[in-house]
Amino acid sequence: MLDVRGLKKVYEGSGRRTEAVRDLTFTVEARELVCLVGPSGCGKTTLLKCVGGLLRPTAGEVRLAGRAVSGPPPGMAFVFQEYGRSLFPWMRVGDNVELPLKQKGLSKQHRRALVADALDAVGLTDAAGAYPWQLSGGMQQRVAIARALAYEPDVLLMDEPFAAVDAQTRADLEDLVRRLWRERAMTILFVTHDIDEAVYLGQRVIVLSASPTVVQDQLKVDLPDARDQVHTRVSPRFADLRTQVYEQIQAAKRGETVLKTDTPPLH
Amino acid sequence: MSRVLLRLVLLLALPAVLVTVWWLASAGSTNVYWPPLRTILQAFPDVWTADRLRSDVLPSLLRLAGGYAMAAVVGVALGTLIGSSPRVRAVCEPVLEFLRAVPPPVLVPVIMLFAGIGDTMKVAVIASGCVWPVLLNTVEGVRAVDAVMAETARSYGITGVARLRHVVLRSASPQIFAGLRQALSIGIILMVISEMFAASNGLGFTIVQFQRGFAIPDMWTGILLLGLLGFVLSVVFRLVERRALGWYHGLRASTRRSR
Amino acid sequence: MKGVNAALGAAGLAAFLALGEAVPRLGLVDDAYFPPTSRIADALGAELAQAAFWTALGDTLTGWALGLAIAVSAGILAGVVISIVPYLREATASTIEFLRPIPSVALIPLAVLLYGTELRSVLLLVVYAAFWQVLIQVLYGVQDVDPVADETARSYGLGTWARVRHVLWPSALPYVMTGVRLAAAVALILAVTAELVIGAPGLGARIAIAQTSQAVPEMYALIVVTGLLGLLINVGARTIERRALSWHQSVRGEVAV
Repeated sequence: MLDVRGLKKVYEGSGRRTEAVRDLTFTVEARELVCLVGPSGCGKTTLLKCVGGLLRPTAGEVRLAGRAVSGPPPGMAFVFQEYGRSLFPWMRVGDNVELPLKQKGLSKQHRRALVADALDAVGLTDAAGAYPWQLSGGMQQRVAIARALAYEPDVLLMDEPFAAVDAQTRADLEDLVRRLWRERAMTILFVTHDIDEAVYLGQRVIVLSASPTVVQDQLKVDLPDARDQVHTRVSPRFADLRTQVYEQIQAAKRGETVLKTDTPPLH
Repeated sequence: MSRVLLRLVLLLALPAVLVTVWWLASAGSTNVYWPPLRTILQAFPDVWTADRLRSDVLPSLLRLAGGYAMAAVVGVALGTLIGSSPRVRAVCEPVLEFLRAVPPPVLVPVIMLFAGIGDTMKVAVIASGCVWPVLLNTVEGVRAVDAVMAETARSYGITGVARLRHVVLRSASPQIFAGLRQALSIGIILMVISEMFAASNGLGFTIVQFQRGFAIPDMWTGILLLGLLGFVLSVVFRLVERRALGWYHGLRASTRRSR
Repeated sequence: MKGVNAALGAAGLAAFLALGEAVPRLGLVDDAYFPPTSRIADALGAELAQAAFWTALGDTLTGWALGLAIAVSAGILAGVVISIVPYLREATASTIEFLRPIPSVALIPLAVLLYGTELRSVLLLVVYAAFWQVLIQVLYGVQDVDPVADETARSYGLGTWARVRHVLWPSALPYVMTGVRLAAAVALILAVTAELVIGAPGLGARIAIAQTSQAVPEMYALIVVTGLLGLLINVGARTIERRALSWHQSVRGEVAV
């Protein structure tokens, strides 16, 4: 579904040259939920913006369903970390969700159905007439997710979407993403700096190195598909996996590669 | 109930006191320049008859509306154009800073050269004085569109006219309104001055005629009417602004609470 | 980046001046109304050589500075008193809202009658217009004082004067500076207006004379001078504002009022 090949991004400005992403190659299959995790400041956001067509890579390419991505493709939806700045404060919740659909040229009837369905899916049916700033942070991020759902993307890109909400809300939102992914058979690429979150959510975790970024390691999360906050997080396998990811990230910070001892086969 | 009463007292007490003081202090006044308030108020309905409102106040207001509307349209359009490109902005900035700094009333003699002393001159004076605050505030507002909002719009394919209409102009609207607010004060000043310079009707013209004819109480009624006009226009502006920027005031209140 | 922008700005300015030269020369507008840049520059040179010009400039600046000083002191004083005396803020709100939007040019006929072309005419208009700018910003600034800071000061038994000096004033200062900057610009506008319309001595009166004597290039030259003066005041006020507030965590934006 999504192919990233030899992706490289160099920022140039006022005589300084910063290599944010060096050489990244990975794929995401259709209907897969992949988490990207890496040490802070490792260029995760840069990578995701290149994938989403918001930044032009210096070298390499991104292909969505076989077609090269050169600008934001209609088949992708983006959920940003800064929900407060990503929703338009001058529009009510319903209008925020509807605006991208208007751009797609859908009929009014169709748009209404999609908006109602998306808001229902995130449990915010009653909030359609409210302004985003009247809602709590967690609810605002739900609206952003609803906007992405209504857009009916092939791939959903999420850039540390829950980094700015409190722990309880975060757990709820994680379960929401899991549920939507299973119900709607979506493909999700989820960036986070939180190891637990990556293991809890993902079918597969890609560990990134420190900047300039390469893929440090990939591992398959062989936990059962039905996960919940209480039991999954205390299972021995969960602890195992997070230890592995943790070690890889520590190694990434030191700039070395760890020989894998117990890696499950990829696919 | 007593709360409402207290607010009402606070609202009306000082104005009442001030008017009373004026009334009493001027009651027996023999000073020609400070006629008793009673005389002024008695003169008011005689001076500002329906006829005079139609022949002097209405033309003034129409000129103000015409010039102000032109300035608003041109200011927002040019401001959006300039604000959208850092290059264009850099080229235009020094010239705009200079043009804005020119005190608007000195435009009156210049524009009189081109447009004579008719209505065109007055509308042009008002428009060319009002356009700068609108233009420069629009530039600032358009420039400061939030980066995340801009990226959100891009990633959801909101481009072109839709982006301008739903994102850029809406996000710049608080600043645009700040500019329109400044422009309104300037517009009223220019309306009066352009009529004081050269006119055969209008509020400014009439008031100066009264002053030159030493019709002092009549002149005072003119000053009162101008003051009232300024007040009413600012109230109307505030109502429009409240409606258009309701979201902005709500947003600010909610961030202040969470601070 | 900064250098590039400065170069672009200089290019824009040069293009503006060149356009001013070319448009009348090409006959697109009558050069009797719109003299080319070079002729305006000549007239400006001639003006600068005259003692009368410098007297006029001095008169304008005197009216501006004196009016601004009075308006700023009165505005700050009134603002602080209104803020610290209980109920005074609520009691004055309606009056302020009514008086503030009254256009100061409405006072022109009164000024003419009372003071003629004296400096006091100019001061009346300048002070009336500039005073509200300062007062409103002071009131906003005091309203923005962190209630926790004020509570803390109260709980340590600081008196009214100490609270004004140590809590209220520093918090409101950014707003006061904004008010002064806005007032400085408005004061220049009104000073020139008073001279232009009433005939009080100064640059405005000189512009009026140039106009009636059909000395068009001189008129443009004088307008350029008022523009440069305005520019100098704006830039100067902004620089002072930034200097004075460099200690402050956030140099706040102005309040849209």
